[in-house]
Amino acid sequence: MGRYFAIRIGRAALTIVLVVTFAFVVLRLSGDPALMILGPEAPPEVLAAFRKAWGLDDPIWFQYLDYFGAIAKGELGRSMRDGRPAIELVLERIPATLALTLPAFAFKVALGIPAGIYAALHRGSGIDRAVMMTAVAGFTVPSFVLALLLVLIFAVQLGWLPSGGQDSWRHAILPIVTLSLGGAAVLARFTRSAMLEVLGQPYIRTASAKGVPWRKVVTSHALPNAAIPTVTILGFMVGTLIAGAVVVESVFSWPGVGRLLVVAVANRDLAVVQCILLLVAMTMVTSNLIVDFLYGFLDPRLRAKGAHA
Amino acid sequence: MAPLISIKDLSVGFQGVPVLRGVDLTLQKGEAVGLVGESGSGKSVTWLAALGLLPRHANVSGSVRLDGREILGAPASELDQVRGGRVAMIFQDPASALNPVLTIRRQLCEALALHRDLSGQTVKAEARRLLDLVGIPDAARRLEAYPHEFSGGQVQRIMIAMALAGNPDLLVADEPTTALDATIQAQILELLSTIRREMDMAMVLISHDLGVVAENCDRVAVMYAGRIVEAAPANQLFADPLHPYAQGLIGSLPPLDGPRRRLTAIPGTVPDPASMPDGCAFAPRCTLAAAPCGLAAPTLVAIANDRAVACIRAEASRRALLGVAAE
Repeated sequence: MGRYFAIRIGRAALTIVLVVTFAFVVLRLSGDPALMILGPEAPPEVLAAFRKAWGLDDPIWFQYLDYFGAIAKGELGRSMRDGRPAIELVLERIPATLALTLPAFAFKVALGIPAGIYAALHRGSGIDRAVMMTAVAGFTVPSFVLALLLVLIFAVQLGWLPSGGQDSWRHAILPIVTLSLGGAAVLARFTRSAMLEVLGQPYIRTASAKGVPWRKVVTSHALPNAAIPTVTILGFMVGTLIAGAVVVESVFSWPGVGRLLVVAVANRDLAVVQCILLLVAMTMVTSNLIVDFLYGFLDPRLRAKGAHA
Repeated sequence: MAPLISIKDLSVGFQGVPVLRGVDLTLQKGEAVGLVGESGSGKSVTWLAALGLLPRHANVSGSVRLDGREILGAPASELDQVRGGRVAMIFQDPASALNPVLTIRRQLCEALALHRDLSGQTVKAEARRLLDLVGIPDAARRLEAYPHEFSGGQVQRIMIAMALAGNPDLLVADEPTTALDATIQAQILELLSTIRREMDMAMVLISHDLGVVAENCDRVAVMYAGRIVEAAPANQLFADPLHPYAQGLIGSLPPLDGPRRRLTAIPGTVPDPASMPDGCAFAPRCTLAAAPCGLAAPTLVAIANDRAVACIRAEASRRALLGVAAE
C-alpha cells in the first residue's frame, strides 16, 4: 500500500514539473511581454529596460533555472502589469471561481448519477431514451453556445436573470446552470454504461439466484462495482474546479481565475499564467491521487496488487 | 409420489426467436437428473426461465410447479424465497460468479440471512461450518478474503457453500466443472454427490459431458434445439439410446473396452433458432429421417417405464426394447 502511493506521488510530481516546464517554454516562445504590455509604440530603450528588469534578456535556460530556484524558495513571481505577487492575484480570484464550480459540481453529481442509474435500470424505456438524448445534446453543445442560448432566453427574452457580472447570487445562476448541464450529461452517460456493464456480469445473476431482492442486488451488488469507473470521471471533474470555467467566466464576465487566465495570456503576463497553470496542475494531480486512493478503497483487487507491487 | 418440481410446456423466446420450445420435465425429491445437449440446446435457459432469472425482454410461457405451486410469473417476493431457499443454482464460470468487491463472509452471510432464521454470531458460525463442509481450509480466516484470493476450484466450492446456505431441496448445477481442470473437476463432482446424499437434496446437473452425467445422475434428459428429445434412466440411455440424436451422441464416445472402432460423428450442424425446420428439428441431420418427419415436431411420448422419446422413427427401437424386456 505504501509503495503504491509512493510511486503515484512520484509520478504526480513529475507531471507538475512537465506542465510547468511546457508552459514556461511556450509562453516565452509565443510573444514578447514587453511589446504586449508597453505597446508597439514604446521607445526601444524603454522596451530594453523592461526586458532587463524582468530578466527577459537572459538566455531561456537561465530564466528557467532562476524560475525553479524561486519556486523552491516559495516565490511565484510578480505580475508584470501591476507588480503585485502573482499568487496574490490568483488567490483573490479563487473564491469567485469556486462560487460557480462547487455548486455546479454538486448539481452534476446530483443530476448525472441518478439519471444514469435510472436509465441503466430501465434500459430501452422511454425515460432511458429521453435521458440519453438529453445527455448527447448536453455534451455535444459547446458551453459558450449553451451560455449564449441561456442568456438569450433568460436574460434577453424573459428578463428574469442578469446576463453578466457578479453583483448578487442571481448573477451566478446562469453560469452555474451552464457548467452543470454539460457535466451532468457526461456523468449520466458514463454512469449508465458503467451500470449496464456491471448488470450484465455473472455475479449479478448469482445474487438474484440466491434470492437477494432486486433492489438490494442493485444497491449492494451493482452500485459498488459501478462506482469504480464512475469515480474516474468524478476525479477529473474535481480537477477542473479551479480552471474549468474559463469559457463560462468569459461569457458571463465573472471575475474568476478563468478570466484572469485569459487576460494574463493575452498580455503575456508570464508569472500570473505560470502561477495559474501550476495551481491547475496541482489540483488535477491531487484529484488523480485521490481517485487512485479511492480505487484502492473500492476495489480489493487493486488493493492486493498495491500491497504486493 | 408427488413430484418436487414439474415443468410443463416451458417455452422461451427472445425477440420472437424461440430458444425453448415446450420442455416437460419432472423431478422427484432427492433425485439426480442430468441435462445434456450441445450449447444453445436450452439446458441452462430451462432453469434460468424456471427461476425467473432471464432478462425482462425474454418471453416465457408454460408452467413450473414447485410442490404443486406455480412459480412461473409468481411475484418477486415469492420468487426470492424460492431462489436460494428451495432451488439453488451454481454456474459455469466461478471466477466471475462471485462479486469481486465483497468479502466471502458478506456474500455467504447474505444468503444465510435471507433464508435462515439466524442472527449475529450464529450466522458467522454457520458460514464457517459451510466453508468447512465444502473443504475450504482455515475457514475462519478465509471468510474475510475476497474472491480473487481463491483458485477457480475453491471459488466453485464457495459457490456450492453459498448454494447450500438456504438448505435447498434442489441444486441446479449449470456446467459446474466446465471451467476447471480435470482433477479439480473430479473433486467438485465428488463433493456435489457427497453433499447431495448427506442433505437428501435433488440435483440437476447440466453438462455437455456425457461421462460426467453418466457417473452422477439417476436419470438423463437429452435436449436438442430447445426440446427434450429423450429422457431415460442413465444406465438405460447409455446402453440403449432410442432417439437418433442420443444414439449419435453416445456413438461419438470412445468405448473403454472391446475392439477399437471408428467414432461416429453427427453430420451437419444445429439449426438456427430463427429458422427451425417445420417438423422434427433433428430431421435434416438424421440418418433415419423419412417423409413424415418433416410434417410435425414429434412430442415426447412415454414408451416404457420411465422412458420417453420424441421421435416417430423410434417405433422400431421401441419394439426392440420391449422385446428385450419381455425375454
